[in-house]
Amino acid sequence: MNAAPTAAPAAAPDADTLSLVWAALDSLSDPEIPVITLREMGILRDVRAAADGLEVVITPTYSGCPAMGQIEDDVREVLRRLRVPGRVVTQLAPAWTTDWMTDAAKDKLRAYGIAPPQGRCAGDAASQQDATNVLRFVRGAAAATPAVPCPHCGSSHTVESSHFGSTACKALYKCLDCQEPFDYFKPY
Amino acid sequence: MSAAVQDASVDYLLHLADNAVVLGQRNSEWCGHGPIIEEDIAMANISLDLIGQARLLYQLAAQRIGGDATEDSLAYFRGDTEFRNYTLLELPHTGPLVGYAKTDMDYGTTIARNFLYSALMVLVWEALQQSPDAELAAIAAKSLKETRYHLRHSRDWLVRLGDGTDDSHARVQAALDHLMPYTQEFWTDGATEAAAVEAGVDVKTLRAQWDAMVDDTLAEATLQRPSAVGYVTQGKNGLHSEHLGYLLTEMQSLARAHPGAQW
Repeated sequence: MNAAPTAAPAAAPDADTLSLVWAALDSLSDPEIPVITLREMGILRDVRAAADGLEVVITPTYSGCPAMGQIEDDVREVLRRLRVPGRVVTQLAPAWTTDWMTDAAKDKLRAYGIAPPQGRCAGDAASQQDATNVLRFVRGAAAATPAVPCPHCGSSHTVESSHFGSTACKALYKCLDCQEPFDYFKPY
Repeated sequence: MSAAVQDASVDYLLHLADNAVVLGQRNSEWCGHGPIIEEDIAMANISLDLIGQARLLYQLAAQRIGGDATEDSLAYFRGDTEFRNYTLLELPHTGPLVGYAKTDMDYGTTIARNFLYSALMVLVWEALQQSPDAELAAIAAKSLKETRYHLRHSRDWLVRLGDGTDDSHARVQAALDHLMPYTQEFWTDGATEAAAVEAGVDVKTLRAQWDAMVDDTLAEATLQRPSAVGYVTQGKNGLHSEHLGYLLTEMQSLARAHPGAQW
């Protein structure tokens, strides 16, 4: 956002405008998890030229995520500051998944004190049968849940204290070694 | 909003949306009143998911209805007989003979209902992912991910309460006895089900899988499966219990007192 141009760009966005907007949007962070950018979260999907200006494509995480309004406002503010005419388009398919989170983003989450999602939601059939598929019941809930390492001390000796945490996308855990409570970003 | 001028698809979207918004509104009554703080937060998050799903469905329905229809006009300015939700979802968090006070709310009833409904919706959303209606399929793919967590949450608590103390066992059994007859409505024929088939899911065919999930869970929870007999409710046809009117009054009063208000 430190690259505000002095001249107003032309109405039809060209390649330079697109890369300028990409660069500016890259600095936008998730309102709930400020250490991660919208692009790293997989919320910011595309910046493209449309007939009547530029389109920024975003996708919601959870259906009811209250941060989506803030995210749209943040994107519009970037466009306004760059004086680029455009609009925000919300796209549902393909559905957002934590599989889109980059390894770098997961490291940042861990450093911030949030355990990143374990395993993948889609792809190989074997991983689909773990925690994300609740239809495959196993006696005792713990048996169906993979160990979530503590983001503070790295111990896998942890236990879930609640399926839902400070936001819909997280569960509450506690570490039985370092005794710290922590958030776990659930696979989605 | 006469049903005659809507195509089947809009009616079905409203049925799905009304289910989600009514249960979301009901479950949100626990916000600030949860039995423990973790459950207070869990129920608020589940409500948020349901209201988010309802918004996506109402937005799609409004777009297809056209004119002045918006997600808000559909949620806030339709009367109770225009709602198409299952009667099960509008019942208060109490047994059949208890009053309306917050202190009468019974978490066993909340958990049992969430279990019976999310067990159905996991199957419905799975099927609707393949809907010929691409926009509905996109909403189904998102909702499925959330509903799986709702099912996991309510299933775990059903087992914990059923296989818990004598008191928790007796209360959650009473809740199941009260609620199970309302699940008959899932399987009855009618206009909603014809629209569902067109949209990509024949709900009747999901019954065996639903039964298996219920039997498996109740066995682990050491609970008896009550028979589902007696009066068959017709909320999905717009014939509701007296409870929906009170719920909608609370949900709609602000929007009706200040139409078009912004904040």
